[in-house]
Amino acid sequence: MTVQHDSSVYEDIQSSAQFQELRRRYRSWAFPMTVAFLAWYLLYVVLSGFARGFMGTKLFGEINVALVFGVLQFVSTFLIAWAYSRHAAKKLDPLADELRGQVEEKSR
Amino acid sequence: MKHETLATILFLVFVAGTLAITFWASRNTKTATDFYAGGRSFSGVQNGLAIGGDYMSAASFLGIAGIIALSGYDGFLYSIGFLVAWLVALLLVAELMRNSGKFTMADVLAFRMSPRPVRTAAGVSTIVVSIFYLLAQMVGAGALVGLLLGITSESGKVWTIIAVGLLMVIYVVIGGMKGTTWVQIVKAVMLMTGAALVTLLVLGKFGFNLSTLLGDAAAQSGKGDAFLNAGLKYGTEAQGIWGKIDLISLGLALVLGTAGLPHILIRFYTVPTAKDARKSVMWGIGIIGVFYLLTLVLGFGAAAVVGSEKIAAANAAGNTAAPQLAEAIGADIFGEVGGTILLAVIAAVAFATILAVVAGLTLASSSSFAHDLYAHVFKKGQVTDKEEVRVARIAAFVIGAIAIALAIPAQSLNVAFLVALAFAVAASGNLPAILYSLFWKRFNTAGAVSAIYGGLISALVLVIFSPAVSGAKTAMFPDVDFHLIELSNPGIFSIPIGFLCGYLGTIFSKEYNASKYAEIEVRSLTGVGAEQATEH
Repeated sequence: MTVQHDSSVYEDIQSSAQFQELRRRYRSWAFPMTVAFLAWYLLYVVLSGFARGFMGTKLFGEINVALVFGVLQFVSTFLIAWAYSRHAAKKLDPLADELRGQVEEKSR
Repeated sequence: MKHETLATILFLVFVAGTLAITFWASRNTKTATDFYAGGRSFSGVQNGLAIGGDYMSAASFLGIAGIIALSGYDGFLYSIGFLVAWLVALLLVAELMRNSGKFTMADVLAFRMSPRPVRTAAGVSTIVVSIFYLLAQMVGAGALVGLLLGITSESGKVWTIIAVGLLMVIYVVIGGMKGTTWVQIVKAVMLMTGAALVTLLVLGKFGFNLSTLLGDAAAQSGKGDAFLNAGLKYGTEAQGIWGKIDLISLGLALVLGTAGLPHILIRFYTVPTAKDARKSVMWGIGIIGVFYLLTLVLGFGAAAVVGSEKIAAANAAGNTAAPQLAEAIGADIFGEVGGTILLAVIAAVAFATILAVVAGLTLASSSSFAHDLYAHVFKKGQVTDKEEVRVARIAAFVIGAIAIALAIPAQSLNVAFLVALAFAVAASGNLPAILYSLFWKRFNTAGAVSAIYGGLISALVLVIFSPAVSGAKTAMFPDVDFHLIELSNPGIFSIPIGFLCGYLGTIFSKEYNASKYAEIEVRSLTGVGAEQATEH
């Protein structure tokens, strides 16, 4: 069942230093990274539209820049996902668990 | 035995198996949480597979392999947008939604707003997006049957659409989220296995040398080196600057649309905690990423082994490239019988793919109808769990009937653009509303309603007056011409319009609720007060 809390409980937590730290850790990682992977993806799409000569440059055998660039999008997606899960497990989860524990303690 | 017979038998085995699972799941589907969210008791891995099952539609399996087989690199470009999009879901949406929502997308939006207008907007948008997507899938199902089972008569196609519609309604009505999730899991495993098997055979044939495969594909395509570069399908040089802007517009819709698709968003509610939601998206990214890499080999493999000309002769969009490749490579390695078997397996997998995706869409739209529109807008929340679930089941029947009724006449029209349109609407209306709700303290009812309707309407209006609907040979109505703009994909305009409408709507209204924002912010980041899994 869902536990209902008084709304003042949430405002208290929101203004606590610990929660501010959790929010800072989450946002300062997730927001810049979102900008970065969107920019990296858009660069790829724009080059695919406007720089076909460069994208068609053969690197080895039949493998050209376009293919390598595309595969790098896969690699970067996998790496960012992995890095986020590590960041979340190390920096976010312990703080979030602690804050949740405090609230559940209070409401008992 | 002919491949058609074998494919039909395999498909019937899939249907029988998934129906059995659905009935089994229905024994544990009692409460609203069971029906809408599978009791929130799926593990991260299970839900990750189901995410793959919901997401990898026939449009991505057959469609992308087909685009690669006919137009080369452009198909790969398309698939990358579908994958990168999952980072938006992982970093910004999945965990926070799991912590602060209950059953639908609107739960998060309505949290600190006036519930009725916001739920109405979110419900309308959910149903519109789901019906577009459903329509494209069901028309695809009718066409596929003709190609794979040799049913070419008009009545045969109509009956296929009706059968697909009935099956999806049965999965949803009987199994709810639990049954539907298991259908997705079974389908995802089948699809990955089938695609991996054919990929291995193709790579084996080319001595595991990708360069040789690409060289042969380029040679067999008749297009030479251009086949290995962008520009044969999207933003061709002949289309000029608008074509290239259209390509960027499509890319934007794909990368921002996923995290606003209702049938994807409700997946995050099926796991016990936000950590499991994170884990399921991680698995989803892994499965979907590997799948698109397999599709790359399948598409170029089809061009190299079967040849683009032969593929285009079978289906102008290349939708049969993967099955044709399966037949050719099977025959090449195991003799004629091998080819027949492999073709039948891939054909059956393709059907399973369609069936699972349409079931997921039907569930998302009927859930939103019952939970958002019926329970909260019509009944103002004065409704029992039991009644809500009953309405959701009726809604599934109605939505199934609407989808069938629209899909039958739409068969002769080119509706492939509807998938990209569903992504564009999701990116333009739903995503701004979700992101503002989660991250912007000042956001309010007027902002949420403006974002959703602004994004939805601008995307629709732009598409109606685009070459996707009229004025081109590939348009939905090729014989008339009322197009005003040269873009087929509205995203590059409608996404900023959606975000701008959300911003303007917010600042022109004084209303906002700071204490409710404190609640959603604390809940979404810490999981305090999050909905718990049910025990059975």
